Amino acid sequence: MGQHTSLYQNHLDAGAKMVDFAGWDMPINYGSQIEEHTQVRTAAGVFDVSHMTVVDVSGEDAKKFLRYLLANDVARLHECGCALYSAMLNHEGGVIDDLIVYRVSFGYRVVVNCATRQKDLTWLSDISQGFSVVIDEKPELAILAVHGPLAIEKLCEILPEHAERIQQLGNFRGFEAGAWFIARTGYTGEKGVELIFPENEAPELWNKLLAAGTKPVGLGARDTLRLEAGMNLYGHDMDETISPLAANMGQTIAWDPPDRDFVGKSALEAAQRLQASGGLPQLVGLVLEQRGVLREGQSVQTDKGEGIITSGSFSPTLKHSIALARIPLDSESCRVDIRGTLTEVRIVKPNFVRFGKKVYE
Amino acid sequence: MSNIPDDLHFASTHEWVRVNEDGTATVGISNHAQDALGDIVFVELPEPGSRINARNEVAVVESVKAASDIYSPVSGEITTVNEVLMDAPETVNSSPYENGWFYKMTLSDDAELDDLMGADAYSDHCEDE
Repeated sequence: MGQHTSLYQNHLDAGAKMVDFAGWDMPINYGSQIEEHTQVRTAAGVFDVSHMTVVDVSGEDAKKFLRYLLANDVARLHECGCALYSAMLNHEGGVIDDLIVYRVSFGYRVVVNCATRQKDLTWLSDISQGFSVVIDEKPELAILAVHGPLAIEKLCEILPEHAERIQQLGNFRGFEAGAWFIARTGYTGEKGVELIFPENEAPELWNKLLAAGTKPVGLGARDTLRLEAGMNLYGHDMDETISPLAANMGQTIAWDPPDRDFVGKSALEAAQRLQASGGLPQLVGLVLEQRGVLREGQSVQTDKGEGIITSGSFSPTLKHSIALARIPLDSESCRVDIRGTLTEVRIVKPNFVRFGKKVYE
Repeated sequence: MSNIPDDLHFASTHEWVRVNEDGTATVGISNHAQDALGDIVFVELPEPGSRINARNEVAVVESVKAASDIYSPVSGEITTVNEVLMDAPETVNSSPYENGWFYKMTLSDDAELDDLMGADAYSDHCEDE
């Protein structure tokens, strides 16, 4: 038996099919992944992502430490509640993890992936040597993501005491309210918030959300939603052997100010030179408009060489298959080996659906 | 497992056969199989007129989760395929034993049915998996 979030019984009560996810028993779906996906694109859904790891970073060197630890620059977080997406690199410029960091009253709150928890904590501890920081994992906090065009409206009905502040939140902004932290971040390409709060309060909020018509959404739909939104999944679209520049994460590298040093910077500069000479592959979107499904691991042949699909699925919103693939730079044509048949696919920007609508051309 | 129709013959690979009154057979996949596959998004069916041997690949099901080969539980000639599945593959999820059938065929060897399981044996087989 794996670890359970505080909502384990609630998942069973909602008819969840539970699967092992990195040592946690988590809901893959509650019946139909496609219905849950559509629910988030058209109304509102709630995800229990309490298995993810919350780490608070405080102390007088907290900012200095995170500016050195992360490829993005926390100095850009000008006020409390601001959020930043960043890669955490190793010295070779590969991605140890991707994460969200929030600036909060006591310092910073970092949310990292569940499957990478142990190595992340070890890395944080290693890199923090010589910095005056306190690194505090918060396993007692639940995380719920409430997403969809009606998500904020529904949440405000349930949390009238926070409604005004929630409505005023800009994207990638959050606020603290006692032991609760509420932010406009997420992994679906829809409007919504993530709530980080004491896990013993999670069942009550969960029940209220369901009573208000918000439907529970499993990890299956979470994956198709993030893929449609063109968001990377760690361990699939990037890992320790992949440069963020080959994973469509170039925009998350803060090169300015140039005098800031950070872990992996010199390796990243070398990767940048390789990229300029065409020697670094790129992560692109693929679209298959005919029948068939693109899957992770399928090999790709382009006019410039070979590549591989890193994430692929049927898109419930678009009704055909989409994928992320790492292929040679400037490839113009592309064929995928689908179960032994080479099939022509289209190369697009890796962003397929936003706010319920197709966005690529 | 509840509500497994008792007029069906099941293969260990989760396909079912129903022998019709005219001696032809209808083939589909079990409720257990559709539940394990998750939402089905494409079904690739055989050509009518083609001959197929028992335990050979005859169709492909693509669900949100994975692609799965479907093996013909019996040998014979495909006579009709279920065109409904081309536009509404989710019918396999909602009605695996009725509207979600895959194809109809003639049976070249009735004795092959003896190699298949009845509802009770199939139910035990699913529990053992």
